[in-house]
Amino acid sequence: MAVRRLAPDDIQPKSFAFSPENEIFAQEQIAKYPPGRQASAVIPLLWRAQEQTGGWLPRKAIEAIAVRLDMPDIRVLEVATFYTMFNLDPVGKHFIQFCGTTPCALRGAGEIKKILERRVGEQSHVSADGNFSWLEVECLGACCNAPMVQINHDYYEDLAPENFEKLLDDLAAGRPVKPGPQSGRRSSEPADAVKTLTDPALYDGSVVGAWRKRFEEEAIKAVETGEAANATATAAANPKPAKPDAGRAIGTESADTPAKRVKEGDAPVSAAERKDAADQTRASVDQTSKGAVPTPQSDKSYGATPSKPGSGQATPDAPTTPVAGTPPSDAPARRDGSESKPDVVVDPTKKPS
Amino acid sequence: MAKIIVDGVEVDVPPEFTLLQAAEAAGAEIPRFCFHERLSIAGNCRMCLVEVKGAPKPVASCAWGVRDCRPGPNGEPPEILTKSSTVKKAREGVMEFLLINHPLDCPICDQGGQCDLQDQAMAYGVDTSRYHENKRAVPDKYLGPLIKTSMNRCIHCTRCIRFTTEVAGVEDLGAIWRGEDMEITSYLEKALGSELQSNAADLCPVGALTHKPEAFHYRPWELSKTDSVDVMDAVGSSIRVDSRGREVMRILPRVNEAVNEEWITDKARHIVDGLRLQRLDRPFVRVDGRLQVATWPQAFAAIAERVKGTHRNKIGAIAGDLASVEDLFALKSLMTALGVANIDARQDGSQMSPAHGRASYLFNATIAGIEEADAILIVGSNPRIEASLVNVRIRKRWRMAPPPIALIGERVDLTYPYAYLGAGAETLADVAAGRHSFLDTLKGAKRPLIIVGPGAYAGANGLAVLSLAAQLAVTVGAVSDEWNGFSVLHTAASRVGALDLGFVPGEGALSAREMADGAVEVLFNLGADEVDIAPGAFVIYQGTHGDRGAHRADVILPGATYTEKSGTYVNTEGRVQMANRAAFAPGDAREDWAILRALSDVLGHRLPFDSLAALRQRLYAEHPHFAAIDSIAPSDGAAGLNALAALGGSPGREAFTSPVKDFYLTNPIARSSQVMAECSALARNLRLEAAE
Repeated sequence: MAVRRLAPDDIQPKSFAFSPENEIFAQEQIAKYPPGRQASAVIPLLWRAQEQTGGWLPRKAIEAIAVRLDMPDIRVLEVATFYTMFNLDPVGKHFIQFCGTTPCALRGAGEIKKILERRVGEQSHVSADGNFSWLEVECLGACCNAPMVQINHDYYEDLAPENFEKLLDDLAAGRPVKPGPQSGRRSSEPADAVKTLTDPALYDGSVVGAWRKRFEEEAIKAVETGEAANATATAAANPKPAKPDAGRAIGTESADTPAKRVKEGDAPVSAAERKDAADQTRASVDQTSKGAVPTPQSDKSYGATPSKPGSGQATPDAPTTPVAGTPPSDAPARRDGSESKPDVVVDPTKKPS
Repeated sequence: MAKIIVDGVEVDVPPEFTLLQAAEAAGAEIPRFCFHERLSIAGNCRMCLVEVKGAPKPVASCAWGVRDCRPGPNGEPPEILTKSSTVKKAREGVMEFLLINHPLDCPICDQGGQCDLQDQAMAYGVDTSRYHENKRAVPDKYLGPLIKTSMNRCIHCTRCIRFTTEVAGVEDLGAIWRGEDMEITSYLEKALGSELQSNAADLCPVGALTHKPEAFHYRPWELSKTDSVDVMDAVGSSIRVDSRGREVMRILPRVNEAVNEEWITDKARHIVDGLRLQRLDRPFVRVDGRLQVATWPQAFAAIAERVKGTHRNKIGAIAGDLASVEDLFALKSLMTALGVANIDARQDGSQMSPAHGRASYLFNATIAGIEEADAILIVGSNPRIEASLVNVRIRKRWRMAPPPIALIGERVDLTYPYAYLGAGAETLADVAAGRHSFLDTLKGAKRPLIIVGPGAYAGANGLAVLSLAAQLAVTVGAVSDEWNGFSVLHTAASRVGALDLGFVPGEGALSAREMADGAVEVLFNLGADEVDIAPGAFVIYQGTHGDRGAHRADVILPGATYTEKSGTYVNTEGRVQMANRAAFAPGDAREDWAILRALSDVLGHRLPFDSLAALRQRLYAEHPHFAAIDSIAPSDGAAGLNALAALGGSPGREAFTSPVKDFYLTNPIARSSQVMAECSALARNLRLEAAE
């Protein structure tokens, strides 16, 4: 899902108000909920506002609905952005929602998409004449008539490059079009001459258990032709790998580890290596000079070191907050400021200059 | 209680506990990203998966109740495993998915070192990626001057959305689009309109939301940490001040269930740059109309010269909103030694006084007590800007089960609905006299809460209004042995401490207003920047920032801010808390008590303490309750309120207006902060937009 934003300011309308019939609708929706719960009507109101503005939600509509339902603006914006069926940018007069999910893709939605890209342009952009814009969406639930698109409120199914081009031509020219399958089908009945449901065998009981009979017949046939025996022999002689790595890189064993050596029957550590490891001259850290402390890199200390008023670092040597109820004079190691600053020295005889 | 076995340990927990809580009760740690104790359960990060015996798949423990578990075949308690290999594998799988789209930018990420994802990846992550597709890219969002976004890092836990919606009460953040394309944003990238928004960045378990003013300034492991309290309002939120060297780098909330839970306001957090800008770092003396740099002895000598030639009735002292109890005690001691009775810490002109009893000026119900109130009347207050965390508590109470809430004062957005009763004292009188049905609501409540804010008590007839509110509290039975619903909401951190000390004018002495209007010849101003001082008087300003007070001053003594001294503050509940020093004051600036001690020597009345400990010993001898840190001394309760109620007086007809006009600019530290200035300008624009 691409990052979406509210439409730019220059195409945002300056104001929004519900039309009289939508106003009645809004009142009906709000009346459905108990007082104080009017925010529940936010989705129907947003939907009506989107229809009224021609398929998208301007900022002013969001704010008007927020005022109407006594909600903060951000709460309405949250709903408007959560649902992808609310468009935040202007759409064409015919807003095409193109299904790109697997069943449609298998039945040729790729061709349809190419036509959209050629004739309408980039996704989520209104064509120059303002007639079309399109958006690839997830499954719209008409897989038996794939591929399909939804244009405004109607489904157009059983598309093929030819009939889809014609459909777009008709829509562009303002000619009436027929929603539903474009291939001549009435709905989702079989596309060819197969009339499965008119077969009298369906109704005389002869198909009961027919599936089992078919398996039995196939099994007998396999035995008669020797195919079954043949397959068994081949499988024993040339077994398939149980878990093929399917081309993925699989872990290889470490080159030389104690575990590997144990697995191969060797001692985990050889005597020679033990000797090497014990050799102090080969140690990477000099452990012979114990007690030598590395010199600090700076005189700054971040630990609980004695106070250094000289460097301006006041480090309390006792908890600075007294235990509740202790008179401060009784608190241990009281720090009151008098210890580190000299008293104000005053010469009373001296006059100000 | 329900029994459950966690990793072989049987624990007895309330049945409404989730598996995550039960596991924690049994001592098992469960990793999580989306779950947060103070927010609703989302269950969308899946990091908290555990194995429930008998369940076919791992379940999200944050969203599965103990009572939803099935017992074993023979009625044994249900059993969960949090350390089994299935659980480990499941969490590793979740972690791998989370890391698929998470950028590898820890070295340049401000969350590095304090990142939940980083920490948990150490436990459950793998060192390589099996993902060879492109990572998701998400545009960064503008969310205002306080929160920086880096949305590629977002793992969609929705904690920020839940925080702003549920706790802060502004529905600004939301998630648009869906699935992998989900993005957290505000509506068209509008700046967030909450005074608590920075907490959302704290909640972010990754580096998607970080604090913009602190961006690239520090690494968390470089900072030394000091526990302290906030003084931006009178709530006294628990904070942790993190400093590096001499400089405070950031302020974080600390968990304190009684006060701020784990939130702080943006003002408490982001005034950090105000602590170093516009600072007074040297004494100044006004010579021929111009302030000139001076030495301490010169400044003190100039003061001594003026004080010696002035009658004690013509000397006065006003203390500001950020003064600690120690500073006030030192100043009061000095003034007493000089024989001066003109002292006042109430620069807003309120007339509260310890003479009416401690209960007359405390938030007696306590902030945590708001959650128990079953009817709330707010009088002359906008708690959202005067004490945001009190407002959060009221909202929390409202979310539990809405109690009746009513407001007298300005009609403002408090983030929860309330009944608006009226604008001023007249309405309060109506309610008290029973001419309003809300009186019956209050009477019917077991624990009615009456919050009186500065809009009510700081006006010309403030004391009469306070008395009227106390009458109302007594009438509705808000004061009993176990509940005191009469609650005064302060806005100044120093106020309750000053009232406890008795930092108010003595018999027949001048109030702050009178002193400022020119009734004294020498005025000692301890950080009072919210008051206009008339020309004429010789003003000694002891403070921290070059603000209004310093501009009017004749002598400036540079003091220390609350992060630079150890000081006691008493919050609006009367809770005594201590702020600790995290850094040193700049230049020649000194801790305030030490300045006063040195000045007293020059004035010939040497104060009897040479160290802060000695000062505190004397303070605790005179006022023992200041020694009980983090607790509230029991107040005089009903007796005090009856005395206040008996005062009477004419409350007048004025409308209550909040003295806090701009939340972000209430004190000199905040006014020096560029971040606060930016927030203030933005908030003003938001208000103008809302007014259109």
